[in-house]
Amino acid sequence: MFRLKLVPDQTSFGFIGLRKIAYAISILGVLASIALFSTKGLNYGIDFQGGTMIEIATEGPADIADIRSRLSALNLGDVQVQTFGAPNDVLIRVEQQGEAAGNDLSAVDKIKAELGDGVEYRRVEVVGPKVSGELVEAGTLAITMAIFLMLLYIWFRFEWQFGVGSVIALAHDVLLTIGIFSLFELEFNLSIIAAILTIVGYSMNDTVIVYDRIREDLRKYKKMDIGELLNLSINGTLSRTTMTSLTTVIALAALYIFGGEVIRGFAFAMIWGVFVGTYSSIFVAAPLLMILGVKRDWSVGADSAAGAKP
Amino acid sequence: MLRFSPWKITLIALVGLAGFIYTAPNFFSAETLKDLPGWVPQRQIVLGLDLQGGSYLLLEVETAAVQRERLETIVDDVRQSLREKRIGYTGLGMSQGAVSVRIRDAADVASAQETLDGLVNTVSANLFSGLPEADLLVVADGTHFTLTPTEASQRERARLAVEQSIEIVRRRIDELGTTEPTIQRQGDNRIVLEVPGLDDPARLKALLGKTAKLSFRLVDQSMTAQQALATRPPQGTEIIYSNEFDPPQPVLVQKRVMVGGEDLTDAQPGFDQQTNEPIISFQFDTSGARRFGEVTSKNVGRPFAIVLDNEVIAAPVIREPILGGRGQISGSYTVQTANDLAVLLRAGALPAPLNILEERTVGPGLGADSVAAGKIAAMIGFSAVILYIVATYGLFGIFANTALIVNVALIAAALSVLQATLTLPGIAGIVLTIGMAVDANVLVFERIREELRNGKTPINAIELGYNKALTAILDANITTFIAAAILFQLGSGPVRGFSVTLGIGIITSVFTAFVVTRLMVALWFRFRRPKELVL
Repeated sequence: MFRLKLVPDQTSFGFIGLRKIAYAISILGVLASIALFSTKGLNYGIDFQGGTMIEIATEGPADIADIRSRLSALNLGDVQVQTFGAPNDVLIRVEQQGEAAGNDLSAVDKIKAELGDGVEYRRVEVVGPKVSGELVEAGTLAITMAIFLMLLYIWFRFEWQFGVGSVIALAHDVLLTIGIFSLFELEFNLSIIAAILTIVGYSMNDTVIVYDRIREDLRKYKKMDIGELLNLSINGTLSRTTMTSLTTVIALAALYIFGGEVIRGFAFAMIWGVFVGTYSSIFVAAPLLMILGVKRDWSVGADSAAGAKP
Repeated sequence: MLRFSPWKITLIALVGLAGFIYTAPNFFSAETLKDLPGWVPQRQIVLGLDLQGGSYLLLEVETAAVQRERLETIVDDVRQSLREKRIGYTGLGMSQGAVSVRIRDAADVASAQETLDGLVNTVSANLFSGLPEADLLVVADGTHFTLTPTEASQRERARLAVEQSIEIVRRRIDELGTTEPTIQRQGDNRIVLEVPGLDDPARLKALLGKTAKLSFRLVDQSMTAQQALATRPPQGTEIIYSNEFDPPQPVLVQKRVMVGGEDLTDAQPGFDQQTNEPIISFQFDTSGARRFGEVTSKNVGRPFAIVLDNEVIAAPVIREPILGGRGQISGSYTVQTANDLAVLLRAGALPAPLNILEERTVGPGLGADSVAAGKIAAMIGFSAVILYIVATYGLFGIFANTALIVNVALIAAALSVLQATLTLPGIAGIVLTIGMAVDANVLVFERIREELRNGKTPINAIELGYNKALTAILDANITTFIAAAILFQLGSGPVRGFSVTLGIGIITSVFTAFVVTRLMVALWFRFRRPKELVL
């Protein structure tokens, strides 16, 4: 019977042997992300920066230069005009107009008056300064809280080394995602925060599967060299890891290609997250247990104290 | 792991069936559903504003205005009560959230204390101590008195103002005749307003932008408005500008209100019979009509002012006593503005101004496009995943795919029954769940493959596969669920919609993968008794 097998039945790739290269890549990537974030920053959407975003559809292909010059004549400060997906679909972004959201609202009225009724207003979003500040706070809080609660859960279910290892892997994933958004100047908005949280969930999911196997193998092979054991566990879960990552990427790719312009950034973040998350559970989370020094005696007494099921 | 009692099988089948039954209404139009008998499930998934088009507004009640108004009232009360007792005072005014006054004669301090204490009321019982609490703190320092509203009373007033605002906003929007707006309180002093299908909120914003505080007051004629501007308006009067003229003219009006907007029972737009200009005709309630009648009888020949939101909109002269409690407001109104003002007057005044903090409007075109794109993406993603799984696992892949279909049905059913809002990120959540839902199955199947390789018999391999995969499945899904729960707590609007579908998806996918697939495997095994298992 035909079976599609992307990963052979039994593998013994030397993942752990590659750990030093992986560390180098990860540390470099994380440092580059931090550098990008602190120098170049992020292309914040209006959710976090405040301001106005208008999406319009024109009858024929839009004359971007004409729209740009007409809107800049309105003296609304920084106005960005660009096509959005289709050639007759235009996205207009206007910077925040002072302290009160009311000014932003009147800017919308001015733009509507200038562009007239000949265009279709597909989307109008105005975020005042008060709200955008809070959204930044809530977003950061959400990610920090999620990571913290997961740390507690893993600690409770495994051992502290596993908790710390998984959290470092998570921070790695989040930083690399922020880095890629900074590098390509992709718009960073509320739905990207949601994407990052899902990446956190997904990556943790992946890490837990590998850790679960490591825990099992630690009980089974009490005398095996730790590097060898980690390698065994990673290889044991490798077919599952690729299978799940691939199905998720297939679903997300459909969303990226066919899901429309509004959701594209979100789908991109998620696809990136699946790759980074999968990489980090194999090359970051597992080898970290070597550095953190995992407990070797998983006899029954210690086991029940750790609160784990056999 | 492979034993299922008959009642358990029935229960699992029923859950799956319920998933399909409760999903079914989404495939019919609302009209078709209306004609069906009442016991047939009829709830459909609620589409978020980003999918069906509509306006979202985040409003803030300016509670500071309520506090300021409170202080003004206290100043008035202090003035009136000290005068009644003939206690001389000086320096009455507001500063830093309190009212202060100095008593002229030290001999009067005791009686002033008593008088001012009389202004203190109790607010509802303190939440913690259960004791009634004073709403005002009167502190004497020699001849100097400070009256500070207590924090509890401030909070109470702010709370009432927000509640009242929600009610007024609801009434004003109902007048627009739009379909099912939702109005919710958020946090301490915010109101979230969602109006589906509204693609231009300009009129909505115009309706919400006015407090619509209406009052009828006498015009003070002890001096002209110009004199009052040059010197100081006499006690109990104030200058309000009239927009009847250009540039606006000052009018000196009494602070005392003859009749207010709260005394109106009705206001309707109409046309003046002589000039044919748009007007608003109104009707007072009985007590309002009586008071208006009394005052107008006593003041024939004098002008009075109709004040709306600190603007004199008309200052006619009373020609004869107005006894029927009816009247009309004319001015430079268009049919639209006359209609809007009538709406505002009927709905009543807002206790405090509303500020718009955030606006998001999605046109119906974009919403429909997003739904179409989401559907295509979901279907293509779904088919690709299904093919991939069958190619990888064969028969067991078909089991897993059946479970996946049940899973999607259960998510749709849960969304329909809970009336949770489906947003565009929500669709993304479903697509993601489709991708991740197979994970539990994959974990089990890979485990079974491994056990088979280790030379276990098919039945043992399946048993062990499910046994050993369970902890990993639970741990992995609980951690993802934590992320979904936090998103739900902290997110708003579309992001929240995403967390809802993600959370529901995690629960249903664990159920379908671990229970539904396992049941299918068990039944297949019971009937076929295979000697060999190829996975």
